[in-house]
Amino acid sequence: MSKSNLVLVPTNKAKSGQIDKLNRWGYIFLIPFMLVFIVFQLIPLVNTLWNSLFENYMSGLKKVGPNFIGLGNYIKLFQEGDLAKYFGNTIIMWILGFIPQITISLLLSAWFTNPMLRLKCQRFFKTVIYLPNLIMASAFAMLFFTMFDTTGPVNGLFIKMGIFKEPYAFLLHVGSTRGLVAFMNCLMWFGNTTILLMAGMMGIPVDLFEAADVDGATPGQVFWKITLPLLRPIFIYVLITSLIGGLQMFDVPQILTNGSGDPMRTSMTLIMFLNKHLFSKNYGMAGALSVLLLIVTGVLSFIVFRMTAQDEVKKNRR
Amino acid sequence: MAVNNTMASEKSASNTLRVRRTVAYVVLGIISFFCLIWFYMLFINATRSNAELGQGFTVIPSTHLGENLKNLFHGTIPVGNGMINSLLIASLTALLSTYFSTMTAYSIQVYNYKGKNAIFTFILAIMMIPTQVTALGFINLVRKMNLEDNFIPLIVPSIAAPITFFYLKQYMASNLPLSLIEAARIDGEGELGIFNKIALPLMKPAIAVQAIFTFVSSWNNYFTPSLILHEDKKKTLPILIAQLRSADWLKFDMGQVYAMIAFSIFPVILVYLFLSKYIVGGVTAGGVKE
Amino acid sequence: MRNLKKRLALVSALALSGAMLAGCGEAAAPATTTAAKAEETTAAAKADETTAAAADNGAAETEAAAPAASADEGKVLNIQVWNDEFINRVTSHYPGYEKVDDTHGKIGDVEVVWTITPSNDNAYQNNLDSVLPSNADAAADSKVDIFLVEADYALKYVDADANVAMKLSDLGITDADLGDQYQYTKDVVTDANGDLRGASWQACSAGLIYNRDIAKEVIGSDDPAEVQKAVADWATYNDTAKKVADAGYLMTAGYADTFRVYSNNVSAPWVQNGKVVVDANIKQWAEDTKAQVDAGQTTASADLWGDEWAKGFYPAGDTKGVFCYFGPAWFFNFSMHGDDAASIGAKGGWGFTVGPQGHFWGGTWICAANGTDNPTLVKDIILKMTTDKGILKDIATQDSDCVNSKSVLADLSSSADGNLAILGGQNPYAVLAEGAEKVDMSKLSIYDQGCNEEYQKAMKNYFSGAAASYDEALAQFNTAIKEKYPELTTD
Repeated sequence: MSKSNLVLVPTNKAKSGQIDKLNRWGYIFLIPFMLVFIVFQLIPLVNTLWNSLFENYMSGLKKVGPNFIGLGNYIKLFQEGDLAKYFGNTIIMWILGFIPQITISLLLSAWFTNPMLRLKCQRFFKTVIYLPNLIMASAFAMLFFTMFDTTGPVNGLFIKMGIFKEPYAFLLHVGSTRGLVAFMNCLMWFGNTTILLMAGMMGIPVDLFEAADVDGATPGQVFWKITLPLLRPIFIYVLITSLIGGLQMFDVPQILTNGSGDPMRTSMTLIMFLNKHLFSKNYGMAGALSVLLLIVTGVLSFIVFRMTAQDEVKKNRR
Repeated sequence: MAVNNTMASEKSASNTLRVRRTVAYVVLGIISFFCLIWFYMLFINATRSNAELGQGFTVIPSTHLGENLKNLFHGTIPVGNGMINSLLIASLTALLSTYFSTMTAYSIQVYNYKGKNAIFTFILAIMMIPTQVTALGFINLVRKMNLEDNFIPLIVPSIAAPITFFYLKQYMASNLPLSLIEAARIDGEGELGIFNKIALPLMKPAIAVQAIFTFVSSWNNYFTPSLILHEDKKKTLPILIAQLRSADWLKFDMGQVYAMIAFSIFPVILVYLFLSKYIVGGVTAGGVKE
Repeated sequence: MRNLKKRLALVSALALSGAMLAGCGEAAAPATTTAAKAEETTAAAKADETTAAAADNGAAETEAAAPAASADEGKVLNIQVWNDEFINRVTSHYPGYEKVDDTHGKIGDVEVVWTITPSNDNAYQNNLDSVLPSNADAAADSKVDIFLVEADYALKYVDADANVAMKLSDLGITDADLGDQYQYTKDVVTDANGDLRGASWQACSAGLIYNRDIAKEVIGSDDPAEVQKAVADWATYNDTAKKVADAGYLMTAGYADTFRVYSNNVSAPWVQNGKVVVDANIKQWAEDTKAQVDAGQTTASADLWGDEWAKGFYPAGDTKGVFCYFGPAWFFNFSMHGDDAASIGAKGGWGFTVGPQGHFWGGTWICAANGTDNPTLVKDIILKMTTDKGILKDIATQDSDCVNSKSVLADLSSSADGNLAILGGQNPYAVLAEGAEKVDMSKLSIYDQGCNEEYQKAMKNYFSGAAASYDEALAQFNTAIKEKYPELTTD
């Protein structure tokens, strides 16, 4: 099995000077990333963080501020906004979508990579699953509106089948609105996740599966004992990026609810809330909210990272 | 007896396999339906006139596809330019993003230097910054640099793509054998040469995956380009679609909008099918296993 | 709100403009034609005066009397728009405009550059916000000369303190020049000091469009005068709604249909001394609509332009028929699917009347950007496009705009050109003209767009039952307002 985090280790003293020279290439390879990052992201970001300490927004075409108010924006956020509520909405809708998404993705990638199952039309299925992601979210939402309208085909079908007595307005009810957001997110992203997992599984030597089969392992055992452990780096990646993506959930609920997060803001996510402040170019409040978001995401990601990657972290600390 | 037993268990094993296969096919069938229905809807809607679209969805295509496409191409929206611009921006973005993210990941994975872990943690931290947060600052910066109506601010920033980097780093962790790099060094290959000739090819499946993701998200991006591109001939397809949707009441035509959405999805599908060879086709990753 | 003007059909325009063009050639309206001709001549003469100094080739026919800008003016005319509506109007009606391509043209030796930024996601306003305040310092060729605005946010850009739109008086346009325009179109672009900073060629006054069959069944007549009696004010309108619902129909398709009728008739602006105040008429909308939703007379689910909302344009099948919609001329010309043989409009099944209160919907205003280096040309474009009766008449007949000219509308209302097939041959122009006189837009504030949108969104929760009470929905409105306009206070 491959040792994952092997780094160049000086084998003897004579070589070490050469190794140092080689390691200098590590810095060189970092230059493009860092340069672009500093210019196009860090400068705007520092600007954002700095701005969170100021009262600074546009009223029509008039600029108000910047006036230094210390932590005033943060205090206002906690006093006025329903931060906890939006955080809850975001997490609920993320989990609603993520659980089916990760389940389907794991199942599919296990099926696709299982040599015993020998599924036909694999190429077709593998190709199809990512297709929904190719549709622009705004175009996707247009189709969703048509589909789930009170006069749309879903209502028509359900009425015909006798499930509904009269048309059901999906976007006027909390559960169905959140459900639709989760459904659309899941649909758009499960293919993405499956591809990531599959690409990871491709690295697992086929003979391992064959050996397991010879030893009489059940499919479940193969999955939990062989596939998943070997998949760990990618799996951590999927978990963390999904969590971050979930906390940054924006376009789907924004378009589906026309930016309102209704009914009664029960589908308003944190970034939708942030977006509300961007309307008035409220750098102050938006900045404060971003800092909070950064902290929350950081803490959650750290927990996930710790929980799933303890050995790896240990290995890194040599 | 013993022989019979083995046969029976083999038979039941093949039975369970058959059941599992059937379950798999049914589930895959349902999933495929949910994936493809939207394309069918898009196609149907693209064949319908504005008035027909107002009447809700039907299963049967109508007859206005040619008319919609004709209106679209003879209208005032520079569809051809939009296609070229979108292709240019999305391809270059995907190219730069994957190449330099691999390079960054390679730096973290292969070399050992001071501050490496700090840099890694730092990049992970940037990943968590919502893009909306820096958007306004970014636009102001672009204005100050006088890069409006220019593709550079849409392409170059993708060189620093933490999420792409993180994936490639994770993939390298399990699929890039350092022994190969050592071997190349002994052969006297330069460091940049090793990266280009040995590491990059080994990373093909992962690069293909991220190239698709980056291409698609760049292709579908509306927010940033809409603030940077003002000249009609420089606009990308999503802006032009938005433009078609905010047409005045005299010319508003949902049929054209759907035709254009359908039209603008084609290239992405082609790019996807092309790149997915590397993923779907079962390229074995990692030349040598330790 | 331009995006509310969505879902409009193209083809029905042909029917209308065809009829109008045919009408023009006939002897049916000789007086009108002569009058228009006379006006055309005066307008042309005026244009000549403006340009006499600059135009060397003064001998050119009046048709091509492009006012070549003074020698010291800019060589590039930059115009900011969100779609190609105004581009098309200028291309086909402004004398001397030569089209180079879809976003470039020439007037004399001045190059015209159109910049289109779609209005989706507020992109158009974001773009204006970033270029207009520093327009005076911009390089000569990139200075914005003209920008367009819509009523909902016009006041933000014609604001006296912001000073990004020029006073028309500074351009040399006088009140007399604009005498034929409707007052409300001026109110929309008048700043707090009473200075006018824009003008429109459209007057989109609106009324109540009713389903004739349902009117006959419920009211007993489909005659506009009779129907008007049944919807003369909100009390009678609500009574009629009950009867309509008893007969198995919806009064309106959705909760938002009547909003602009109420909100165009407020007694005070949304914001007074930095505080948001819900006007009595707007609160009345919420109460009336809630009662109607609860009684099944309208729905909380049908948003404007949605599929459910548009069902009423077709004969009732498995859905309930809709008694009325509210809209201006462009609405029944282009939105009601009159080009589709299956629709009610194709059979001339709609009637038009004033409704409970006067209101308007839509329209585009032209503003001169402060800092422009082409003031002469800008002045001429505003004058020609919004006051030249010959051009306005052409726009009315060729593009079906309801134009901002009392005399042109008067002509149309007395001519057979104005009889519309979709309205069963009824001529709506007298009603439209009367409506345009009645609209009072003097109670505007720069916060109207946000307040109107957020109030409707919040109240939708009240109508659907997601909010338990009016106060709960109002609280959400207040929250939304504070996010949008941090400087405002609420109750």
